Amino acid sequence: MLKQCEGSQAVAEAIGLCRPQVICAYPITPQTHIVEGLGSLVKSGKLANCEYINVESEFAAMSVAIGASAAGARAYTATASQGILYMAEAVYNAGGLGLPIVMTVGNRSIGAPINIWNDHTDSMALRDAGWIQLFAEDNQEAVDLHIQAFKLAEELSVPVMVCMDGFILTHAYERVDIPTQEQVDQFLPPYEPRQVVDPDDPVTIGAMVGPEAFMEVRYLAHAKQLQALERIPELAGEFKQKFGRDSGGLIREYRADDAETIVVGLGSVNGTIKDVVDEMRNDGVKIGGVSICSFRPFPTAALNKALGKAKRIITIEKSLSVGIGGNVSHNLRMALPDRNTTVYTVIAGLGGRPITRASLKKVFRSAIDGLLEPVSFLDLNLGVVQRQLERERLARRTGPAAEAILRDLSAAPATAH
Amino acid sequence: MSGPQRVKFYQTGTFTVGNRLLDVSVRSVQSDTTRNNSLNSGHRACQGCGEALGARYALDAAMRAVSGKLVVANATGCLEVFSTPYPESSWRVAWLHSLFANAAAVGTGMAAAMRVKGRHDVRVIAQGGDGGTVDIGFACLSGMFERNDDVLYICYDNEAYMNTGVQRSSATPAAARTATTPAVGEQPGNVFGQGKNVPLIAMAHGIPYVATASVCDLRDLEYKVEKAMGFHGARYLHVHVPCPLGWGCDTGDTIKVARLAAESGLFPIFEAEYGEITGRRPIRKPIPVDDYLKAQSRFAHLFKGKGDPARIAMIQAIADRNIRRFGLVQEGAPA
Repeated sequence: MLKQCEGSQAVAEAIGLCRPQVICAYPITPQTHIVEGLGSLVKSGKLANCEYINVESEFAAMSVAIGASAAGARAYTATASQGILYMAEAVYNAGGLGLPIVMTVGNRSIGAPINIWNDHTDSMALRDAGWIQLFAEDNQEAVDLHIQAFKLAEELSVPVMVCMDGFILTHAYERVDIPTQEQVDQFLPPYEPRQVVDPDDPVTIGAMVGPEAFMEVRYLAHAKQLQALERIPELAGEFKQKFGRDSGGLIREYRADDAETIVVGLGSVNGTIKDVVDEMRNDGVKIGGVSICSFRPFPTAALNKALGKAKRIITIEKSLSVGIGGNVSHNLRMALPDRNTTVYTVIAGLGGRPITRASLKKVFRSAIDGLLEPVSFLDLNLGVVQRQLERERLARRTGPAAEAILRDLSAAPATAH
Repeated sequence: MSGPQRVKFYQTGTFTVGNRLLDVSVRSVQSDTTRNNSLNSGHRACQGCGEALGARYALDAAMRAVSGKLVVANATGCLEVFSTPYPESSWRVAWLHSLFANAAAVGTGMAAAMRVKGRHDVRVIAQGGDGGTVDIGFACLSGMFERNDDVLYICYDNEAYMNTGVQRSSATPAAARTATTPAVGEQPGNVFGQGKNVPLIAMAHGIPYVATASVCDLRDLEYKVEKAMGFHGARYLHVHVPCPLGWGCDTGDTIKVARLAAESGLFPIFEAEYGEITGRRPIRKPIPVDDYLKAQSRFAHLFKGKGDPARIAMIQAIADRNIRRFGLVQEGAPA
């Protein structure tokens, strides 16, 4: 059913249609509206046969989900930012145990300095935890990816993170097609666990594993991700058959066929990238875009095929691997057969800084002209950083850096959220 | 404490050792040949491990109380490590280990799953050592209590982080030597005036059942586990389990040292329902704390040279306060 609604509400409804049996709720901006929406669905009885548990932390949220999933229930939670770091140990644990938990991440920056706005630092911090990571481009895809995520997770016994940009998607009102319960029921069978804590068939789960088998167990997680590389495009195909929409898959190309310059991004920024590609195509520039939906597993072969003929690649990255640059570009180089292909890393949109069409166009033009640095920062005010470095060179006790930079910008102190 | 012990003969008809002479209806779970052996023999616990003993008795009692319909969440720690190196699991129960700090929350999740799947007969125990309970797992424990989730949490308290080599926890008693509270300096051992009493904190949550128990009275432990399984909602059982390695006592003295802790009043044994104390294990004749302390090398610095009577008196005062507070000596005294 078509409706105009907030992204979080749409996602809550989609998750409800997936008939989760245990939902662990803990608030953190910008994910909170999702668990609020689910709370209403459970409390009103619209979502029956579901335990909604108000836990005391994100660490507990993931831990309760682990217990529930291991005991054979379909388990769901949502988090963001500091929350995913607070549950990090349990995120790895769920990955290691191979429990098919689905979690929404309303992508947000990580402090300090505390900041509630969007970037991808949170998901990227947990990229090696053994979870599948799917990034939604818009709210329709966020809805659709959750439905696919439960199926993918349960088929492979691997947890899945559905990443959607905080505020840009979670709080945006868009037209969304919410499937019917019948459609979802036909697509997503009930959860049949591969391993289960059951007194009628008692097994030991989570035993100590020594050097003789640890490598193999870890490799198994990798092997599952390689299976997911096959399964994700198939699932997108099955989804299209049932729901009539293209959603998910490993990557999505946009006017990339004959492109000499290809821009790669994750999540909602692809909308802006496509607009800029259109503008530049109108000017005769051979430019295209590739949106990575599946960051884990990383679609090396698909990217190789999509990017192999380009002269230059520009990655627009909403997270900074401090001390080196980009996460996406590092992964992406594995996919490039010709090591001479120039890869430009553009760090953009950290802490919610707007990524404008004008700025993107400028940076793409600069790359095409061979003027762009290998690693650059979109719309970075370098002067303010250099003045802070100079202050630190001249005096020892310069005080808190973030506050000094705010003062320098003559901005009012950040308001608390 | 070392050297061979004289063989002792216990009075028949008591609830101690010779209980196969008792009527079947009042015999212990362990005396039952059909007991579950939940933590089976062959595990790798140290000789004289109080935790292995306590866990075996507790889980067998629980298994009998719920007709085998039990699932267990276990925190990281000695109990998890010595029982599981694959493929040699000693667990004859459905058992899940996730992390150090989350056993209570994993228990919550298992209970929720059983409820939603209509498995109303299946009951949940979460368990861990004192580190996994009173320190790192405390937030999850309090959350489970506060929501009154249908989980019995059992803490096996050996008063330090034994798995990592005897470091102080917030259950470590005053003056005790651990690897992080060494017996050096002017105030050797753990400092006074610290630590937390989790049974009392559990009671403050108003949960249906809270009890302490000790491996010195295994019949009482079984009784409390059985009683706990008769309640629904959050329940807490805190079991005192000597660790010969960490405490520096003879491996044959586990029960004896536990008994000295109880009989001195240093480890009060009581039970409470909905935040009110309903019972205590009385002490017939309190023994001086010296007897308990001297049995363990972790307190040896209190008796070196001229000794440390001032600090021993402070420990005696802790025991005396417990006796008053919980009414351990006079039956029915106010708590």
